Amino acid sequence: MARAAIESAASRRERRSFYLTFGLLGATAAFLLGAPTVIVLITSFTSGYTLKFPPAGYSVRWYVALLENSPEIIAAAWISLKIAVASTAIGVLLAVAAALSLARQRAMWARILDAMFMSPLMLPLLAIGLALLVMFSRLGIELSMMTLVIGHVVITAPYILRTTIANYVQLDPVLIDSARALGARPWFAFRTVTLPLITPGIAAGAFIAFMASFDNVAISLFLSDARSQVLPIKLWNIIESSLDVRAAAASGVLILGTIVLALVMERVAGLSRHMR
Amino acid sequence: MSRTARRAREWQLAVPLTLFFTAFVFVPLGLLAFVSAYGEPEMRTLGISQYTGFFTDAFRLNVLAQTLWLALRTTVLTLLIGYPLAYLYTLSPRWLQRVLLLLIVLPLLTSVVVRTFAWIVILGREGIINSMLLALGWIDGPLTLLFTPTAVVFALAQIEMPLMVLPLITALSNIDPNLRQASEVLGAGKWRTFFTVTLPLSIPGLLAGCLLVFATAAGAFVTQTLIGGGRLLFMPYYIYQQAIQVNNFPLAAALATILLVSVLTVVMVLNALGRSSRGFIHG
Repeated sequence: MARAAIESAASRRERRSFYLTFGLLGATAAFLLGAPTVIVLITSFTSGYTLKFPPAGYSVRWYVALLENSPEIIAAAWISLKIAVASTAIGVLLAVAAALSLARQRAMWARILDAMFMSPLMLPLLAIGLALLVMFSRLGIELSMMTLVIGHVVITAPYILRTTIANYVQLDPVLIDSARALGARPWFAFRTVTLPLITPGIAAGAFIAFMASFDNVAISLFLSDARSQVLPIKLWNIIESSLDVRAAAASGVLILGTIVLALVMERVAGLSRHMR
Repeated sequence: MSRTARRAREWQLAVPLTLFFTAFVFVPLGLLAFVSAYGEPEMRTLGISQYTGFFTDAFRLNVLAQTLWLALRTTVLTLLIGYPLAYLYTLSPRWLQRVLLLLIVLPLLTSVVVRTFAWIVILGREGIINSMLLALGWIDGPLTLLFTPTAVVFALAQIEMPLMVLPLITALSNIDPNLRQASEVLGAGKWRTFFTVTLPLSIPGLLAGCLLVFATAAGAFVTQTLIGGGRLLFMPYYIYQQAIQVNNFPLAAALATILLVSVLTVVMVLNALGRSSRGFIHG
């Protein structure tokens, strides 16, 4: 009896030390994930000229400055937006087709292709950007929006491929077989059965891909010409050279935009499920 | 047409993406390796002088070592605090899981420039840490917190944390809770259960997370340059500088190839470990 009591006291102590350690470390992680974004948001509403935190006073002056006299930042945002839309659209076409072909394949070639298509998520993109620049300059192709879009498709395709495959393998193949057995032609069966069922996967992948393209620096660094400076590189330049508070306002816009879009996508396509 | 026959024909759908990746990833990377074989910026003689030059130059070797060391420290830090977060996630009630998942996913979607900028606000001369220390009277003037390797590690760890936590959540959610209970009923304490049951079973997710964080941290141009400043040189900026500012394409290509091969080696080792650990789990 006494021995059991001693043991349980020891196990209580161990239980406490375990949950205390995990709780503290986990809470630190959760805090670290959220806090910086909140701090930037608060700082962007400063009335001062520096990135002092907490700010001495609050105003929307830097947002006004961003809208009214920062044509170069707005122009960069437009270019980023156009490139992200184009590269996501091309990425969807290429990656969804590939996903349909690879999802149920067990063969060696399919696994090799899959690993190859996923490689941009693991290799330093900087090397791919430099490699593309070297190739374009050897071929005498001038840098343009098109070269930039090509580079960005390398980033968008893997995300779309991953979520579409994950969605497609959960789909019961009997559904497609029944459609075909009932006389639907392949394209009709795809359009009316397969496509609606894998749309959440495509949408989630396209959204993640869009954000990745919009945010990419490593590829754009090598492939954008003087006329097409993208937003993240513009912001990088501003932060590196002057620490202008407009960068905080631009960050504020990006943060709020991301939160709104992500919440919409969460409702529409169950975004977070597709990111695991 | 039978399902198998249809599947056999489906390979055609992968052709467009295969052609795209061949033309715009693999051919360029091959060309990169070729350009790195030129001995000088004017690209006259072929050979391995860029590589022999790199591996006999203490300065350049140090840049590579610093880059890999940075990525390693970042990986360890994200693992140390990301693992408990993923573990707590699996124990949380459903509503808290939704909140936590959004807290983990949102940063991943937010611009890296913005998230790096946050660290400048936090660590800057008038940042939150300096203001706090000054208010407490612990320091007389603001400390230089930015532009140190430790600052880069912390910023990178925070920025890459979702990449560690997401695969861990998947791995930990797949572990049968009965196994933990069985271990505790049989007398193993919480810690022993964790180290002998939970941790080994989560190794595939853990390796996947480590792989993603290491690879991303080694190539993290924005965070390395903004938090590290001009004084700390890592491979990504070195490559950019040699290619765009100095126009020394053979050296830039060699540096990129060396970074690529280094990261690829780590990725393949971790992948191989992951495969053998999966075999271990399924007996």
